[in-house]
Amino acid sequence: MTTATIAAPAETAPRHAGASQGANGTRQAARLLSYGDALNEALHQEMARDERVFVYGIETKAFGSLRGLAERFGPARLLTTPICEEAMTGFGLGAAINGLRPVHVHIRVDFFLLAMNQLANMIAGFHYGVVGELPVPLVIRAIVGRGWGQGFQHSKSLQSIFAHFPGLKVIMPTTAYDAKGMLTAAIRDDNPVVSIEHRWLYWQEGEVPEAPYTVPIGPGRVLRDGGDVTIVATSWMNVEAVQAADILARRGVSVEVVDVRTLAPLDDTVMVESVAKTGRCVVADCDWVSYGASAEIAARIGEKAFGRLKAPIERVGFAPAPCPTARELENAFYPNAGTLVRAAERTLGLSPADLSGENFYSHERRFTGPF
Amino acid sequence: MSERAALAATLYRRVYRIRRAEQAIIAHYGENGMKTPMHMSMGEEAIAAGVCTALARGDKLFGYYRSHALYLARTDETERFFGEMYGKADGAVGGRGGSMHLAAPDVGLLAVSAIVASTIAPAVGAAFAERARGTGNVVAAFFGDGAMEEGVFWESLNVACVYRLPIVFVCEDNGLAVDVTAMERQGFRSIKKAVAGFACDYAGANTTDALKIHQLATAARASTLATGRPVFLHLKYYRLLQHIGIQSDFDGAAPGFEKTGYRSRAEYEKARRRDPVRIARLAAARNGCTVAEIKAIEAEIDREVDASLAKARHSAAPDPCTVTDHVFAPTEDTARMERTPPMERTA
Repeated sequence: MTTATIAAPAETAPRHAGASQGANGTRQAARLLSYGDALNEALHQEMARDERVFVYGIETKAFGSLRGLAERFGPARLLTTPICEEAMTGFGLGAAINGLRPVHVHIRVDFFLLAMNQLANMIAGFHYGVVGELPVPLVIRAIVGRGWGQGFQHSKSLQSIFAHFPGLKVIMPTTAYDAKGMLTAAIRDDNPVVSIEHRWLYWQEGEVPEAPYTVPIGPGRVLRDGGDVTIVATSWMNVEAVQAADILARRGVSVEVVDVRTLAPLDDTVMVESVAKTGRCVVADCDWVSYGASAEIAARIGEKAFGRLKAPIERVGFAPAPCPTARELENAFYPNAGTLVRAAERTLGLSPADLSGENFYSHERRFTGPF
Repeated sequence: MSERAALAATLYRRVYRIRRAEQAIIAHYGENGMKTPMHMSMGEEAIAAGVCTALARGDKLFGYYRSHALYLARTDETERFFGEMYGKADGAVGGRGGSMHLAAPDVGLLAVSAIVASTIAPAVGAAFAERARGTGNVVAAFFGDGAMEEGVFWESLNVACVYRLPIVFVCEDNGLAVDVTAMERQGFRSIKKAVAGFACDYAGANTTDALKIHQLATAARASTLATGRPVFLHLKYYRLLQHIGIQSDFDGAAPGFEKTGYRSRAEYEKARRRDPVRIARLAAARNGCTVAEIKAIEAEIDREVDASLAKARHSAAPDPCTVTDHVFAPTEDTARMERTPPMERTA
């Protein structure tokens, strides 16, 4: 595999994604856009569509996803904030319950931990606590993922923590198509939505219609059809899963890849249907395994497809350690397509294949330091 | 009735309603129908009544766990208040909040939090929304002196000053966090000096006179709208009861949550003599209300409180089936969110 491009095939996207058609009811012409540019286009279109939408963060670039917003909409709708994470998160709640539709951007999810009081104690329960009298149309985008020697305070993925609190929606778009459609849906949603965006996905290209559209928050999606084993993956792990599927295909193993897309509330229909078909399941999350999203997903599959399972569910995630910085340790910390191949082989009872000739995805494919 | 007399009557009506409602809580709390931890407002009535009476209809308010007074002063009603104390379906927030999470979005009381200082940040965001929408409304954020030990207070003050937002920070300073004095908690000796370095304006008073507080709050509201500078309104009061519950520290009360002897009887007696309800009644008389008018207010509120309490005791509890209602606002997508049924087991 030389690129990790994931397109949204014409027959797949509407079936599983429920993609909206263009205004004239016809499908838009194919156009390739990067994930970061797709997010940027969603923000441009939603800010133009609805003057209540505004964006803010401690820096106003966010890996290119905020490009052009200040020039087009002015500083009152693209705010640079003081380094006050808790206050600015509560600020988003206050603005959301008082007539605006804020989009808050954290360039590292680790910084979001400073705001957990507002998120967990104020935002998650707010709508419930006023018996539905005030909606909370707040989007919090948090960028996660593997950096370049970023270490243990710049590299977390905290999706399972956010997904634990009733009242928060948590999305993890993987493709450029979903990035635009799900961010658009999140901005139009009357609930607080946490969007977890893996920074390596920002360079991934995919087919993205130019006209505004929404991808529903909720259902997962089959990214690749297969019959022997299901890999249920979140975010970047879908890219690794597709590569693992390519490798396994050469051994005659057909892998189905299911992109979870929305972690909370978790609609498990697509993943359960897939495992019911294949009977084997690997759950791949870009996070720690213990108490992580992979635990919830495995539990759901165990509850709902128990009778169809032919082997124990395998889980793949980060090594149970804080994230180290040295490249050799970093490589041992993060799972990749090779890790997924091994997990799939275990569920299938296959001997380990020789992976020495494989070219796995790495920083050097795209990013080289120093900053 | 003159304008001045009408204002004094309004303030007395509000102060008296708060006091009577809390006296009713004290009278009936022991029956165990109100299963919610009470953080009583006795002593701070003049602040809630004075500030709320100075605010405009469209202004927004944020409070904290000691907000019976704030809720009653803003809503002028006791039915939904007691409904919430008794955890009933027709309570202020349908039995989802209790004493510490009262809210009345229809009149702008947007949030009340049980965690110190937590609503100050949302208050700043609400002020940003008022300015962005060009409404001419302000936000009043209520908190105790203990909130000034929380980082989010300073963050929020900082943000409000940087963005020049129309907000009045109302510090209700009783000098105590449970039973710990400000001297033991704060690395500064003067709240006024501690906020002086920020681009905000300060006003303060140590008074139980709702009229004086009304005057200060009216000026604070006008000032933040005119200048774009937030106002820090520092109002001292004496907490007449213990931190939590319905007991006084004196008058033969059983020891509460607090250590004993953390404040003196002399101080307490002094506070009783300047009780805000007594001061408001005197002010109403001094400003032109007749004794008959004052007694009519009292009789009306007495009837209202008794009727509300009786209604709340007998109204319906929330249906257990609604325990997950309103976790999410309805959207097109959430209709599908119910858990799907298990797959048929074939093995």
